[in-house]
Amino acid sequence: MNLAGAEPENEAVVRLDRVSIVFPIYQGGARSLKKRVLFHGSAGRIGRDADDQVVIEALSEVSLSLMSGDRLALIGANGAGKTTLLRTIAGIYEPVLGSVVTRGLVSPMFDISLGIDSDLNGFDNIRVRAQLLGLSPAAIERRLPEIAEFTELGDYLEMPVRTYSAGMILRLGFAVATCVEPEILLMDESILAGDAHFISRAEARIRRFLDRASVMVLASHNLELCRRWCTKGLWLDQGRIREFGPVDAITASYKNSVVA
Amino acid sequence: MPESKKTSRSFELAVVDFRTALELWPLWVRLGWNDILRRYRRSTLGPFWLSASMAISVIALGTVYSQIFNLPARQLMPHVCVGLIIWGFISSVMLEAGDLFIGSESYIKQIRLPYSLYACRFVLSKAVIFAHDVPIYIALLLYFRIWPGATAFLAIPGFLLLVINGMMTSITLGLASARFRDIPRIVASLTQIVFLVTPIIWMPEFLGPRSYLASANPFFHLIEMIRAPLLGSMPSMETVAVTAAVTAINGLLAIVLFTKYRSRISYWI
Repeated sequence: MNLAGAEPENEAVVRLDRVSIVFPIYQGGARSLKKRVLFHGSAGRIGRDADDQVVIEALSEVSLSLMSGDRLALIGANGAGKTTLLRTIAGIYEPVLGSVVTRGLVSPMFDISLGIDSDLNGFDNIRVRAQLLGLSPAAIERRLPEIAEFTELGDYLEMPVRTYSAGMILRLGFAVATCVEPEILLMDESILAGDAHFISRAEARIRRFLDRASVMVLASHNLELCRRWCTKGLWLDQGRIREFGPVDAITASYKNSVVA
Repeated sequence: MPESKKTSRSFELAVVDFRTALELWPLWVRLGWNDILRRYRRSTLGPFWLSASMAISVIALGTVYSQIFNLPARQLMPHVCVGLIIWGFISSVMLEAGDLFIGSESYIKQIRLPYSLYACRFVLSKAVIFAHDVPIYIALLLYFRIWPGATAFLAIPGFLLLVINGMMTSITLGLASARFRDIPRIVASLTQIVFLVTPIIWMPEFLGPRSYLASANPFFHLIEMIRAPLLGSMPSMETVAVTAAVTAINGLLAIVLFTKYRSRISYWI
């Protein structure tokens, strides 16, 4: 689903041009219509920008282009803008300044349990999840047996998900997530957290899944994971690009700065 | 980018948003349907629970108010029944629309779906709940042996207009509430008042010479568009005209706000 509309031909699969993402902060008063009406025009509120609003700049003039085959690791401290950048590429935040162009289906995988309804059974949840990931109902029915097998949940799939353990829900979400054909895959490392045993067993499937993607962007604090799965690295610092290059060089200089 | 070009681009994106939402109908049908199933689940009465609570209101209010107004139940109860069923749709849209985008925060922040998809899902589940109440109307017709005739089918376009209005209102209220968090509370107070001043449990004729109190009320006309045919009479020209005007204003407001603020929703919630 390309909501960004038609864009000129370009070999870059993902291209960001001087993208800035600015969040307005509505503190108390500004959130309330009543106060807005009552106190409009009263002077002297602090920390406003030109539009009379408190703002946080989450990304500042980020330019980036990714070709087919690129595997990008986003690294940086908490609050550096990694998640915001992922969401911007996903089209969730439309930048006020700059432009984002993506070519191909974007598969955001930030929360693989999104849309899971604890009162529905496993099969119905697989259907909802798969549909959210963009699979057609017919394609879902075709792949249902394969997905069900991979979850290894057996008869539990007939039971409401509220009877599942956290690990079982993760397995369900994971099985559905990895059955799609991603083009631009955006991942947060948190989806790989949790059931380490299951993840290590599923490594082959993750590999195949990642290999199918044309471009992958992974936000992670785990430098080891970044080096293993990515080719390029992007170090974000306070919403700006600090360094961009081969993953080994970037993780090395990031590590140095953290230690120093 | 010049301002006019920016606006036409925003409008284009809003149209794409809406079209994509319509194309994704299997998704919102499933999500909307799950919303309904969640109401059924773990209750013994299941789907009948929805109809039962409406039936109780219709019988209780119909009986009491026909005593108060000294009217035969046969005359007032069908009026109350249809009025309450339609009001059920209108009030649930008004009361819950504020939560349209705020309540979908987990979706909006995790996955890119057209924003109007949430409105489709919302209105669908409200329309399905409306359908649950229709058997009460039919039972009442049978009980009182009232036969509205083929005119009753004119309620269908009236209902479609109501659904369109519901969709537009939910976008308007959903957007406004995402930005100003006290709007749902303001709307809730207004909804209460609207219920009392609109001829739902009383008849517009009771106003006597002050009938303008009903005809100046857009909610009266929205309801009458459906209620009149279901009770066997044609909606008046005034009702048709007001409903058309309300729909146009509602649509225009939603389109303007959605064009202007669609891309801000994810920042606000």
